[in-house]
Amino acid sequence: MEYIQGIVILIGINLIAVLGLSILTGFTGLFSFGHGGFMAIGAYISAVITARLHLRFALAIVAGAVLAGVISVFIGRLTLNLKGDYFCIATMGFGEAVRIIFNNIPYVGGARGWESLPKLTNIWMVLVIDVVFVVITWNLINSRFGRNMVAVREEELAAQMAGINVYRHKMIALVLSAAFAGIAGALMAQYIQFIRPTMFNMAKSTDLTIIVIFGGLGSISGSIVGTIILVALPEVFRTFSQWRLVFYGLAVILIMVGRPQGLMGGLELTPSGIRRALAARKAKLEFAAATAGTASAGESGAVK
Amino acid sequence: MKVNTVSTEVPVLELRGLTKCFGGLTAVNEVSFKVREGGISGLIGPNGAGKTTIFNLITGVYKVSAGAVLYHGSPITGLEPYKIADLGVTRTFQNIRLFKNLSTRDNVLTACHMSANYGITEALLRLPRFRREEKALAQKADGLLEVLSLSDRADVTANNLPYGLQRRLEITRALALDPKLLLLDEPAAGMNPDETEQLMRLIGEIRKRFSLSVLVIEHHMDLIMGVCEHIHVLNFGCTLADGAPDAVANDPKVVEAYLGVEDGR
Repeated sequence: MEYIQGIVILIGINLIAVLGLSILTGFTGLFSFGHGGFMAIGAYISAVITARLHLRFALAIVAGAVLAGVISVFIGRLTLNLKGDYFCIATMGFGEAVRIIFNNIPYVGGARGWESLPKLTNIWMVLVIDVVFVVITWNLINSRFGRNMVAVREEELAAQMAGINVYRHKMIALVLSAAFAGIAGALMAQYIQFIRPTMFNMAKSTDLTIIVIFGGLGSISGSIVGTIILVALPEVFRTFSQWRLVFYGLAVILIMVGRPQGLMGGLELTPSGIRRALAARKAKLEFAAATAGTASAGESGAVK
Repeated sequence: MKVNTVSTEVPVLELRGLTKCFGGLTAVNEVSFKVREGGISGLIGPNGAGKTTIFNLITGVYKVSAGAVLYHGSPITGLEPYKIADLGVTRTFQNIRLFKNLSTRDNVLTACHMSANYGITEALLRLPRFRREEKALAQKADGLLEVLSLSDRADVTANNLPYGLQRRLEITRALALDPKLLLLDEPAAGMNPDETEQLMRLIGEIRKRFSLSVLVIEHHMDLIMGVCEHIHVLNFGCTLADGAPDAVANDPKVVEAYLGVEDGR
Protein backbone atom coordinates (compact mmCIF):
# COMPACT_ATOMS: atom_id res chain seq x y z
CA MET A 1 0.00 0.00 0.00
CA GLU A 2 2.79 2.34 0.94
CA TYR A 3 4.46 1.47 -2.33
CA ILE A 4 1.37 2.44 -4.35
CA GLN A 5 1.05 5.60 -2.29
CA GLY A 6 4.65 6.43 -3.08
CA ILE A 7 4.00 6.12 -6.80
CA VAL A 8 0.91 8.33 -6.51
CA ILE A 9 2.94 10.98 -4.69
CA LEU A 10 5.66 10.86 -7.34
CA ILE A 11 3.04 11.21 -10.08
CA GLY A 12 1.44 14.11 -8.20
CA ILE A 13 4.72 15.95 -7.71
CA ASN A 14 5.81 15.50 -11.31
CA LEU A 15 2.37 16.57 -12.50
CA ILE A 16 2.88 20.05 -11.03
CA ALA A 17 6.12 20.52 -12.94
CA VAL A 18 4.59 19.05 -16.10
CA LEU A 19 1.59 21.38 -15.93
CA GLY A 20 3.94 24.36 -15.79
CA LEU A 21 5.97 23.04 -18.66
CA SER A 22 2.76 22.40 -20.55
CA ILE A 23 1.99 26.11 -20.36
CA LEU A 24 5.45 26.95 -21.70
CA THR A 25 5.97 24.19 -24.24
CA GLY A 26 2.50 22.94 -25.06
CA PHE A 27 0.67 26.24 -25.23
CA THR A 28 3.32 28.90 -25.87
CA GLY A 29 5.53 26.71 -28.04
CA LEU A 30 8.85 27.26 -26.27
CA PHE A 31 10.82 24.08 -25.72
CA SER A 32 12.82 23.92 -22.54
CA PHE A 33 15.43 21.39 -21.51
CA GLY A 34 16.36 23.12 -18.28
CA HIS A 35 13.36 22.97 -15.98
CA GLY A 36 15.18 20.50 -13.78
CA GLY A 37 17.18 23.58 -12.83
CA PHE A 38 14.08 25.33 -11.53
CA MET A 39 13.09 22.19 -9.63
CA ALA A 40 16.55 22.15 -8.06
CA ILE A 41 16.16 25.76 -6.97
CA GLY A 42 12.81 24.95 -5.34
CA ALA A 43 14.19 21.82 -3.72
CA TYR A 44 17.28 23.48 -2.23
CA ILE A 45 15.65 26.67 -1.00
CA SER A 46 12.86 24.66 0.65
CA ALA A 47 15.40 22.35 2.28
CA VAL A 48 17.29 25.34 3.64
CA ILE A 49 14.08 26.74 5.09
CA THR A 50 12.86 23.51 6.70
CA ALA A 51 16.13 21.80 7.71
CA ARG A 52 18.38 24.76 8.47
CA LEU A 53 16.03 27.57 9.48
CA HIS A 54 13.31 25.25 10.89
CA LEU A 55 10.49 27.34 9.48
CA ARG A 56 7.11 26.16 8.22
CA PHE A 57 6.82 23.90 5.18
CA ALA A 58 4.18 26.13 3.56
CA LEU A 59 6.69 28.97 3.60
CA ALA A 60 9.27 26.68 2.04
CA ILE A 61 6.95 25.80 -0.82
CA VAL A 62 6.08 29.44 -1.47
CA ALA A 63 9.76 30.36 -1.32
CA GLY A 64 10.53 27.66 -3.88
CA ALA A 65 7.93 29.06 -6.25
CA VAL A 66 8.98 32.68 -5.76
CA LEU A 67 12.73 32.12 -6.07
CA ALA A 68 12.37 29.94 -9.18
CA GLY A 69 10.00 32.54 -10.64
CA VAL A 70 12.32 35.46 -9.93
CA ILE A 71 15.33 33.68 -11.40
CA SER A 72 13.29 32.80 -14.47
CA VAL A 73 12.66 36.51 -15.05
CA PHE A 74 16.41 37.07 -15.39
CA ILE A 75 16.79 34.02 -17.61
CA GLY A 76 13.83 35.21 -19.68
CA ARG A 77 15.31 38.67 -20.18
CA LEU A 78 18.43 37.07 -21.59
CA THR A 79 16.89 34.31 -23.68
CA LEU A 80 13.31 35.06 -24.69
CA ASN A 81 14.34 37.17 -27.65
CA LEU A 82 16.22 34.19 -29.04
CA LYS A 83 14.49 32.22 -31.76
CA GLY A 84 13.23 28.63 -31.23
CA ASP A 85 16.26 26.36 -31.11
CA TYR A 86 18.50 28.93 -29.46
CA PHE A 87 16.10 29.36 -26.56
CA CYS A 88 16.09 25.60 -26.16
CA ILE A 89 19.90 25.46 -26.02
CA ALA A 90 20.03 28.38 -23.58
CA THR A 91 17.65 26.61 -21.17
CA MET A 92 19.80 23.50 -21.42
CA GLY A 93 22.81 25.57 -20.40
CA PHE A 94 20.85 27.09 -17.53
CA GLY A 95 19.84 23.69 -16.16
CA GLU A 96 23.40 22.42 -16.21
CA ALA A 97 24.72 25.64 -14.68
CA VAL A 98 22.32 25.36 -11.74
CA ARG A 99 23.39 21.77 -11.14
CA ILE A 100 27.07 22.69 -11.14
CA ILE A 101 26.50 25.66 -8.84
CA PHE A 102 24.81 23.42 -6.25
CA ASN A 103 27.64 20.90 -6.70
CA ASN A 104 29.96 23.55 -5.32
CA ILE A 105 28.04 24.82 -2.30
CA PRO A 106 29.13 22.80 0.76
CA TYR A 107 26.40 24.46 2.86
CA VAL A 108 23.80 22.37 1.02
CA GLY A 109 25.89 19.21 0.77
CA GLY A 110 27.66 19.83 -2.53
CA ALA A 111 27.95 16.98 -4.99
CA ARG A 112 27.58 14.32 -2.30
CA GLY A 113 24.05 15.45 -1.60
CA TRP A 114 22.08 16.46 1.44
CA GLU A 115 20.46 13.73 3.48
CA SER A 116 17.95 13.31 6.32
CA LEU A 117 15.73 16.21 5.39
CA PRO A 118 12.43 16.28 7.32
CA LYS A 119 9.63 14.27 5.71
CA LEU A 120 6.85 16.82 5.37
CA THR A 121 5.19 15.98 2.05
CA ASN A 122 2.18 13.70 2.28
CA ILE A 123 -0.23 12.33 -0.26
CA TRP A 124 -3.18 14.57 0.62
CA MET A 125 -1.12 17.71 0.38
CA VAL A 126 0.12 16.64 -3.06
CA LEU A 127 -3.34 15.74 -4.31
CA VAL A 128 -4.88 19.01 -3.12
CA ILE A 129 -2.09 21.04 -4.76
CA ASP A 130 -2.58 19.00 -7.94
CA VAL A 131 -6.28 19.79 -8.11
CA VAL A 132 -5.66 23.48 -7.43
CA PHE A 133 -2.99 23.69 -10.13
CA VAL A 134 -5.02 21.82 -12.72
CA VAL A 135 -7.86 24.30 -12.15
CA ILE A 136 -5.51 27.31 -12.27
CA THR A 137 -3.87 26.08 -15.46
CA TRP A 138 -7.26 25.40 -17.01
CA ASN A 139 -8.45 28.92 -16.13
CA LEU A 140 -5.30 30.45 -17.54
CA ILE A 141 -5.55 28.61 -20.85
CA ASN A 142 -9.19 29.60 -21.23
CA SER A 143 -8.51 33.27 -20.62
CA ARG A 144 -7.18 35.93 -22.96
CA PHE A 145 -3.68 35.23 -21.65
CA GLY A 146 -3.92 31.57 -22.61
CA ARG A 147 -5.36 32.37 -26.01
CA ASN A 148 -2.61 34.89 -26.64
CA MET A 149 0.01 32.29 -25.70
CA VAL A 150 -1.48 29.85 -28.18
CA ALA A 151 -1.48 32.62 -30.80
CA VAL A 152 2.24 33.14 -30.15
CA ARG A 153 2.80 29.41 -30.65
CA GLU A 154 0.72 29.26 -33.82
CA GLU A 155 1.98 32.31 -35.68
CA GLU A 156 4.23 34.77 -33.92
CA LEU A 157 4.12 37.51 -36.55
CA ALA A 158 0.34 37.41 -36.87
CA ALA A 159 0.10 37.49 -33.07
CA GLN A 160 2.13 40.71 -33.02
CA MET A 161 -0.09 42.19 -35.69
CA ALA A 162 -3.08 41.31 -33.53
CA GLY A 163 -1.64 43.54 -30.83
CA ILE A 164 -0.25 40.74 -28.69
CA ASN A 165 2.91 41.58 -26.76
CA VAL A 166 4.74 38.40 -27.70
CA TYR A 167 7.67 38.94 -25.33
CA ARG A 168 5.40 39.58 -22.36
CA HIS A 169 3.33 36.46 -22.93
CA LYS A 170 6.43 34.32 -23.34
CA MET A 171 7.65 35.79 -20.06
CA ILE A 172 4.38 35.02 -18.25
CA ALA A 173 4.55 31.44 -19.50
CA LEU A 174 8.19 31.06 -18.47
CA VAL A 175 7.69 32.51 -14.98
CA LEU A 176 4.62 30.36 -14.31
CA SER A 177 6.39 27.23 -15.53
CA ALA A 178 9.42 28.01 -13.38
CA ALA A 179 7.26 28.66 -10.30
CA PHE A 180 5.39 25.38 -10.84
CA ALA A 181 8.71 23.54 -11.15
CA GLY A 182 9.95 25.25 -7.99
CA ILE A 183 6.94 23.96 -6.05
CA ALA A 184 7.44 20.48 -7.44
CA GLY A 185 11.08 20.63 -6.34
CA ALA A 186 10.13 21.69 -2.82
CA LEU A 187 7.62 18.84 -2.46
CA MET A 188 10.16 16.39 -3.90
CA ALA A 189 12.91 17.33 -1.44
CA GLN A 190 10.61 16.98 1.54
CA TYR A 191 9.30 13.64 0.28
CA ILE A 192 12.48 11.80 -0.71
CA GLN A 193 14.35 13.44 2.21
CA PHE A 194 17.52 13.40 0.21
CA ILE A 195 18.59 15.72 -2.57
CA ARG A 196 21.68 15.99 -4.66
CA PRO A 197 22.37 18.00 -7.81
CA THR A 198 22.38 15.07 -10.26
CA MET A 199 18.71 14.42 -9.43
CA PHE A 200 17.98 17.60 -11.38
CA ASN A 201 20.24 17.02 -14.35
CA MET A 202 19.38 17.26 -18.02
CA ALA A 203 17.83 13.80 -17.98
CA LYS A 204 15.26 15.07 -15.47
CA SER A 205 14.53 18.16 -17.56
CA THR A 206 14.18 16.03 -20.68
CA ASP A 207 11.84 13.63 -18.86
CA LEU A 208 9.48 16.50 -18.10
CA THR A 209 9.50 17.75 -21.68
CA ILE A 210 8.99 14.21 -23.01
CA ILE A 211 5.89 13.85 -20.83
CA VAL A 212 4.42 17.06 -22.25
CA ILE A 213 5.10 15.98 -25.85
CA PHE A 214 3.95 12.43 -25.15
CA GLY A 215 0.66 13.65 -23.69
CA GLY A 216 0.09 15.99 -26.61
CA LEU A 217 1.21 19.61 -26.99
CA GLY A 218 -1.51 22.03 -26.03
CA SER A 219 -3.59 19.66 -23.92
CA ILE A 220 -3.94 19.76 -20.14
CA SER A 221 -5.63 16.35 -20.06
CA GLY A 222 -2.74 15.08 -22.16
CA SER A 223 -0.25 16.33 -19.58
CA ILE A 224 -2.17 14.60 -16.80
CA VAL A 225 -2.55 11.28 -18.62
CA GLY A 226 1.06 11.51 -19.84
CA THR A 227 2.39 12.05 -16.32
CA ILE A 228 0.41 9.14 -14.91
CA ILE A 229 1.60 6.77 -17.62
CA LEU A 230 5.23 7.82 -17.88
CA VAL A 231 5.90 8.09 -14.14
CA ALA A 232 4.18 4.77 -13.43
CA LEU A 233 5.70 2.94 -16.41
CA PRO A 234 9.21 2.41 -14.99
CA GLU A 235 7.55 1.00 -11.85
CA VAL A 236 5.39 -1.38 -13.89
CA PHE A 237 8.50 -2.54 -15.74
CA ARG A 238 10.42 -3.00 -12.49
CA THR A 239 10.03 -6.79 -12.87
CA PHE A 240 12.32 -6.61 -15.90
CA SER A 241 15.02 -5.33 -13.58
CA GLN A 242 17.84 -3.74 -15.59
CA TRP A 243 15.85 -3.90 -18.83
CA ARG A 244 13.17 -1.59 -17.55
CA LEU A 245 14.62 1.62 -18.97
CA VAL A 246 14.93 -0.07 -22.34
CA PHE A 247 11.24 -0.94 -22.21
CA TYR A 248 10.42 2.57 -21.05
CA GLY A 249 12.27 4.03 -24.01
CA LEU A 250 10.67 1.53 -26.37
CA ALA A 251 7.18 2.39 -25.11
CA VAL A 252 7.80 6.12 -25.62
CA ILE A 253 9.18 5.54 -29.13
CA LEU A 254 6.28 3.30 -30.12
CA ILE A 255 3.68 5.85 -29.03
CA MET A 256 5.50 8.75 -30.66
CA VAL A 257 5.76 6.82 -33.94
CA GLY A 258 2.16 5.63 -33.82
CA ARG A 259 0.72 8.93 -32.66
CA PRO A 260 3.14 11.80 -33.31
CA GLN A 261 0.67 14.44 -32.11
CA GLY A 262 0.81 12.89 -28.63
CA LEU A 263 -1.83 10.94 -26.76
CA MET A 264 -4.42 13.71 -26.71
CA GLY A 265 -3.18 15.64 -29.75
CA GLY A 266 -4.19 19.06 -28.47
CA LEU A 267 -7.71 17.99 -27.45
CA GLU A 268 -9.18 17.95 -23.97
CA LEU A 269 -11.10 15.26 -22.13
CA THR A 270 -14.13 17.46 -21.53
CA PRO A 271 -17.63 17.27 -23.05
CA SER A 272 -16.92 20.17 -25.42
CA GLY A 273 -13.47 18.79 -26.24
CA ILE A 274 -14.90 15.41 -27.17
CA ARG A 275 -17.59 17.09 -29.26
CA ARG A 276 -14.91 19.05 -31.13
CA ALA A 277 -12.90 15.89 -31.74
CA LEU A 278 -15.95 14.19 -33.21
CA ALA A 279 -16.78 17.22 -35.36
CA ALA A 280 -13.21 17.34 -36.67
CA ARG A 281 -13.36 13.64 -37.47
CA LYS A 282 -16.61 14.12 -39.36
CA ALA A 283 -15.21 17.09 -41.30
CA LYS A 284 -12.15 15.04 -42.20
CA LEU A 285 -14.26 12.18 -43.54
CA GLU A 286 -16.42 14.59 -45.55
CA PHE A 287 -13.31 16.26 -46.91
CA ALA A 288 -11.88 12.88 -47.91
CA ALA A 289 -15.14 12.03 -49.67
CA ALA A 290 -15.17 15.40 -51.45
CA THR A 291 -11.56 15.17 -52.62
CA ALA A 292 -12.17 11.62 -53.83
CA GLY A 293 -14.97 13.07 -55.97
CA THR A 294 -12.86 15.86 -57.44
CA ALA A 295 -9.93 13.52 -57.99
CA SER A 296 -12.01 11.30 -60.23
CA ALA A 297 -13.36 14.40 -61.99
CA GLY A 298 -9.79 15.55 -62.51
CA GLU A 299 -8.90 12.24 -64.09
CA SER A 300 -11.69 12.43 -66.58
CA GLY A 301 -10.70 16.03 -67.29
CA ALA A 302 -7.09 15.08 -67.95
CA VAL A 303 -8.12 12.79 -70.78
CA LYS A 304 -9.03 15.57 -73.17
CA MET B 1 -21.53 62.60 -51.50
CA LYS B 2 -20.00 65.43 -49.62
CA VAL B 3 -16.40 64.76 -48.81
CA ASN B 4 -14.36 67.19 -46.88
CA THR B 5 -11.24 67.67 -48.95
CA VAL B 6 -9.85 70.71 -47.20
CA SER B 7 -6.09 70.49 -47.26
CA THR B 8 -5.82 71.04 -43.48
CA GLU B 9 -7.45 67.66 -42.82
CA VAL B 10 -5.02 65.36 -41.02
CA PRO B 11 -4.54 62.15 -43.02
CA VAL B 12 -4.95 58.89 -41.11
CA LEU B 13 -1.59 57.74 -42.44
CA GLU B 14 1.25 59.69 -43.92
CA LEU B 15 4.61 58.42 -45.11
CA ARG B 16 7.37 61.00 -45.28
CA GLY B 17 10.49 60.12 -47.24
CA LEU B 18 10.27 56.53 -46.04
CA THR B 19 13.46 54.61 -46.81
CA LYS B 20 14.57 51.07 -46.06
CA CYS B 21 17.95 49.60 -46.90
CA PHE B 22 18.88 45.94 -46.60
CA GLY B 23 22.67 46.11 -46.68
CA GLY B 24 23.50 47.74 -50.01
CA LEU B 25 20.02 47.32 -51.43
CA THR B 26 17.54 50.15 -51.09
CA ALA B 27 14.20 48.34 -51.06
CA VAL B 28 12.16 51.47 -50.42
CA ASN B 29 13.54 54.84 -51.44
CA GLU B 30 12.07 58.10 -50.14
CA VAL B 31 8.46 57.15 -50.57
CA SER B 32 5.89 59.72 -49.45
CA PHE B 33 2.12 59.49 -49.66
CA LYS B 34 -1.02 59.94 -47.61
CA VAL B 35 -4.09 57.88 -46.86
CA ARG B 36 -7.13 60.05 -46.36
CA GLU B 37 -9.40 59.42 -43.37
CA GLY B 38 -12.12 57.03 -44.48
CA GLY B 39 -10.52 56.51 -47.88
CA ILE B 40 -9.44 53.44 -49.77
CA SER B 41 -6.00 53.78 -51.27
CA GLY B 42 -4.13 51.34 -53.45
CA LEU B 43 -0.45 50.52 -53.51
CA ILE B 44 0.61 48.86 -56.74
CA GLY B 45 3.77 48.03 -58.59
CA PRO B 46 5.57 45.12 -60.24
CA ASN B 47 6.96 42.26 -58.15
CA GLY B 48 9.80 43.38 -55.93
CA ALA B 49 8.77 47.02 -56.05
CA GLY B 50 8.77 47.20 -52.24
CA LYS B 51 5.05 47.14 -51.50
CA THR B 52 5.09 44.54 -48.73
CA THR B 53 8.25 46.12 -47.35
CA ILE B 54 6.27 49.34 -46.91
CA PHE B 55 3.60 47.41 -44.98
CA ASN B 56 6.31 45.91 -42.81
CA LEU B 57 7.70 49.38 -42.17
CA ILE B 58 4.29 50.84 -41.28
CA THR B 59 3.49 47.98 -38.88
CA GLY B 60 6.93 48.02 -37.25
CA VAL B 61 8.05 44.58 -38.39
CA TYR B 62 11.10 46.19 -40.03
CA LYS B 63 13.03 49.10 -38.58
CA VAL B 64 12.84 52.21 -40.72
CA SER B 65 16.22 53.34 -42.18
CA ALA B 66 15.13 56.93 -42.78
CA GLY B 67 11.98 58.98 -42.97
CA ALA B 68 8.86 58.74 -40.86
CA VAL B 69 5.45 57.11 -40.60
CA LEU B 70 2.77 59.40 -39.18
CA TYR B 71 -0.51 58.04 -37.89
CA HIS B 72 -3.15 60.69 -37.31
CA GLY B 73 -0.34 63.20 -37.51
CA SER B 74 1.91 61.70 -34.83
CA PRO B 75 4.98 59.58 -35.59
CA ILE B 76 4.78 55.83 -34.93
CA THR B 77 8.20 55.06 -36.38
CA GLY B 78 10.19 52.72 -34.16
CA LEU B 79 7.30 51.57 -31.98
CA GLU B 80 6.95 47.87 -31.16
CA PRO B 81 4.65 46.12 -33.66
CA TYR B 82 2.07 45.22 -31.04
CA LYS B 83 1.86 48.86 -29.92
CA ILE B 84 1.21 50.00 -33.46
CA ALA B 85 -1.56 47.38 -33.63
CA ASP B 86 -2.90 48.71 -30.31
CA LEU B 87 -3.11 52.19 -31.83
CA GLY B 88 -5.43 50.85 -34.51
CA VAL B 89 -3.25 49.87 -37.47
CA THR B 90 -3.72 46.26 -38.44
CA ARG B 91 -3.02 44.14 -41.48
CA THR B 92 -3.46 40.90 -43.34
CA PHE B 93 -0.67 38.96 -45.00
CA GLN B 94 0.17 38.10 -48.57
CA ASN B 95 0.62 34.45 -47.61
CA ILE B 96 -2.21 33.90 -45.15
CA ARG B 97 -1.07 33.70 -41.53
CA LEU B 98 -3.94 32.35 -39.48
CA PHE B 99 -3.67 30.57 -36.14
CA LYS B 100 -3.97 27.37 -38.16
CA ASN B 101 -4.85 24.84 -35.52
CA LEU B 102 -7.49 26.96 -33.83
CA SER B 103 -11.13 27.08 -34.78
CA THR B 104 -12.48 29.97 -36.84
CA ARG B 105 -14.13 31.34 -33.72
CA ASP B 106 -11.00 31.09 -31.59
CA ASN B 107 -9.01 32.95 -34.25
CA VAL B 108 -11.37 35.90 -33.91
CA LEU B 109 -11.81 35.53 -30.14
CA THR B 110 -8.03 35.68 -29.64
CA ALA B 111 -7.81 38.93 -31.56
CA CYS B 112 -10.63 40.41 -29.46
CA HIS B 113 -8.32 40.37 -26.44
CA MET B 114 -7.83 44.12 -26.38
CA SER B 115 -11.44 44.70 -25.46
CA ALA B 116 -10.85 43.01 -22.09
CA ASN B 117 -9.03 44.45 -19.12
CA TYR B 118 -8.99 41.71 -16.51
CA GLY B 119 -5.65 40.85 -14.97
CA ILE B 120 -3.93 37.51 -14.73
CA THR B 121 -4.97 36.89 -11.11
CA GLU B 122 -8.58 37.53 -12.03
CA ALA B 123 -8.21 35.01 -14.83
CA LEU B 124 -6.56 32.33 -12.67
CA LEU B 125 -9.28 32.62 -10.01
CA ARG B 126 -12.21 33.24 -12.38
CA LEU B 127 -13.30 36.36 -10.54
CA PRO B 128 -16.54 38.15 -11.59
CA ARG B 129 -14.83 40.67 -13.85
CA PHE B 130 -13.14 37.85 -15.75
CA ARG B 131 -16.46 36.11 -16.35
CA ARG B 132 -18.24 39.31 -17.33
CA GLU B 133 -15.57 40.40 -19.77
CA GLU B 134 -15.12 36.92 -21.25
CA LYS B 135 -18.83 36.89 -22.01
CA ALA B 136 -18.53 40.26 -23.74
CA LEU B 137 -15.56 38.99 -25.76
CA ALA B 138 -17.47 35.92 -26.87
CA GLN B 139 -20.40 38.09 -27.94
CA LYS B 140 -18.12 40.38 -29.87
CA ALA B 141 -16.44 37.48 -31.66
CA ASP B 142 -19.77 35.88 -32.54
CA GLY B 143 -21.07 39.23 -33.76
CA LEU B 144 -18.10 39.67 -36.09
CA LEU B 145 -18.46 36.14 -37.44
CA GLU B 146 -22.12 36.90 -38.09
CA VAL B 147 -21.38 40.16 -39.93
CA LEU B 148 -18.75 38.52 -42.12
CA SER B 149 -20.98 35.46 -42.60
CA LEU B 150 -18.57 32.97 -41.08
CA SER B 151 -20.96 31.86 -38.31
CA ASP B 152 -21.72 28.50 -39.88
CA ARG B 153 -17.99 27.73 -39.96
CA ALA B 154 -17.29 28.90 -36.41
CA ASP B 155 -16.13 25.48 -35.19
CA VAL B 156 -14.09 24.54 -38.25
CA THR B 157 -10.33 24.48 -37.75
CA ALA B 158 -8.91 27.47 -39.64
CA ASN B 159 -6.57 25.27 -41.65
CA ASN B 160 -9.52 23.30 -43.06
CA LEU B 161 -11.40 26.35 -44.36
CA PRO B 162 -11.57 26.86 -48.12
CA TYR B 163 -9.00 29.34 -49.39
CA GLY B 164 -11.42 32.22 -49.94
CA LEU B 165 -12.79 31.88 -46.43
CA GLN B 166 -9.30 31.81 -44.96
CA ARG B 167 -8.75 35.23 -46.53
CA ARG B 168 -12.07 36.37 -45.15
CA LEU B 169 -11.21 35.03 -41.68
CA GLU B 170 -7.92 36.92 -41.76
CA ILE B 171 -9.82 40.13 -42.43
CA THR B 172 -12.30 39.27 -39.66
CA ARG B 173 -9.45 38.71 -37.24
CA ALA B 174 -7.99 42.09 -38.17
CA LEU B 175 -11.37 43.74 -37.61
CA ALA B 176 -11.58 42.22 -34.11
CA LEU B 177 -8.98 44.77 -33.02
CA ASP B 178 -11.31 47.68 -33.85
CA PRO B 179 -8.74 49.14 -36.24
CA LYS B 180 -8.86 52.63 -37.74
CA LEU B 181 -6.56 51.69 -40.58
CA LEU B 182 -6.62 48.31 -42.29
CA LEU B 183 -3.70 47.23 -44.48
CA LEU B 184 -4.60 44.47 -46.94
CA ASP B 185 -1.66 42.70 -48.58
CA GLU B 186 -2.88 41.18 -51.86
CA PRO B 187 -6.25 40.10 -50.50
CA ALA B 188 -7.33 38.75 -53.90
CA ALA B 189 -4.21 36.68 -54.56
CA GLY B 190 -5.23 33.30 -55.91
CA MET B 191 -8.90 34.20 -56.20
CA ASN B 192 -11.04 33.70 -59.29
CA PRO B 193 -12.92 36.68 -60.82
CA ASP B 194 -16.09 35.76 -58.93
CA GLU B 195 -14.35 35.70 -55.56
CA THR B 196 -12.51 38.90 -56.41
CA GLU B 197 -15.82 40.59 -57.14
CA GLN B 198 -17.18 39.41 -53.78
CA LEU B 199 -14.07 40.66 -52.05
CA MET B 200 -14.42 44.09 -53.64
CA ARG B 201 -17.92 44.36 -52.26
CA LEU B 202 -16.76 43.11 -48.86
CA ILE B 203 -14.00 45.73 -48.65
CA GLY B 204 -16.48 48.46 -49.45
CA GLU B 205 -18.97 47.17 -46.87
CA ILE B 206 -16.55 46.80 -43.99
CA ARG B 207 -15.13 50.24 -44.63
CA LYS B 208 -18.57 51.77 -44.16
CA ARG B 209 -19.67 49.56 -41.29
CA PHE B 210 -16.47 49.86 -39.25
CA SER B 211 -15.62 53.40 -40.45
CA LEU B 212 -12.16 52.36 -41.58
CA SER B 213 -9.49 53.71 -43.82
CA VAL B 214 -7.99 51.04 -46.06
CA LEU B 215 -4.67 50.70 -47.83
CA VAL B 216 -4.55 47.77 -50.21
CA ILE B 217 -1.74 46.12 -52.15
CA GLU B 218 -3.06 44.32 -55.19
CA HIS B 219 -2.12 42.93 -58.58
CA HIS B 220 -5.71 42.51 -59.79
CA MET B 221 -6.14 45.71 -61.73
CA ASP B 222 -9.93 45.48 -61.82
CA LEU B 223 -10.02 45.31 -58.02
CA ILE B 224 -7.71 48.28 -57.65
CA MET B 225 -9.55 50.35 -60.24
CA GLY B 226 -12.89 49.29 -58.83
CA VAL B 227 -12.47 50.19 -55.18
CA CYS B 228 -9.57 52.60 -54.77
CA GLU B 229 -9.98 56.34 -54.78
CA HIS B 230 -6.30 57.00 -54.80
CA ILE B 231 -3.40 54.98 -56.12
CA HIS B 232 0.31 55.06 -55.43
CA VAL B 233 2.58 53.28 -57.90
CA LEU B 234 6.00 51.95 -56.95
CA ASN B 235 8.81 50.60 -59.08
CA PHE B 236 12.15 49.41 -57.69
CA GLY B 237 11.36 51.06 -54.37
CA CYS B 238 10.73 54.50 -55.87
CA THR B 239 7.51 56.37 -56.44
CA LEU B 240 6.46 56.16 -60.07
CA ALA B 241 3.08 57.85 -59.98
CA ASP B 242 0.48 58.99 -57.51
CA GLY B 243 -3.10 60.05 -58.12
CA ALA B 244 -6.61 59.04 -59.11
CA PRO B 245 -7.05 55.57 -60.70
CA ASP B 246 -7.75 56.83 -64.23
CA ALA B 247 -4.84 59.21 -64.28
CA VAL B 248 -2.48 56.56 -63.01
CA ALA B 249 -3.70 53.90 -65.42
CA ASN B 250 -2.98 56.19 -68.38
CA ASP B 251 0.36 57.38 -67.10
CA PRO B 252 2.95 56.33 -69.71
CA LYS B 253 5.54 55.63 -67.01
CA VAL B 254 3.17 53.18 -65.30
CA VAL B 255 2.34 51.46 -68.55
CA GLU B 256 6.03 51.17 -69.26
CA ALA B 257 6.82 49.66 -65.85
CA TYR B 258 4.12 47.05 -66.26
CA LEU B 259 4.38 46.24 -69.97
CA GLY B 260 7.86 47.36 -70.95
CA VAL B 261 8.92 49.94 -73.55
CA GLU B 262 7.35 49.68 -76.97
CA ASP B 263 10.36 50.58 -79.12
CA GLY B 264 14.09 50.94 -78.87
CA ARG B 265 15.05 47.52 -77.57
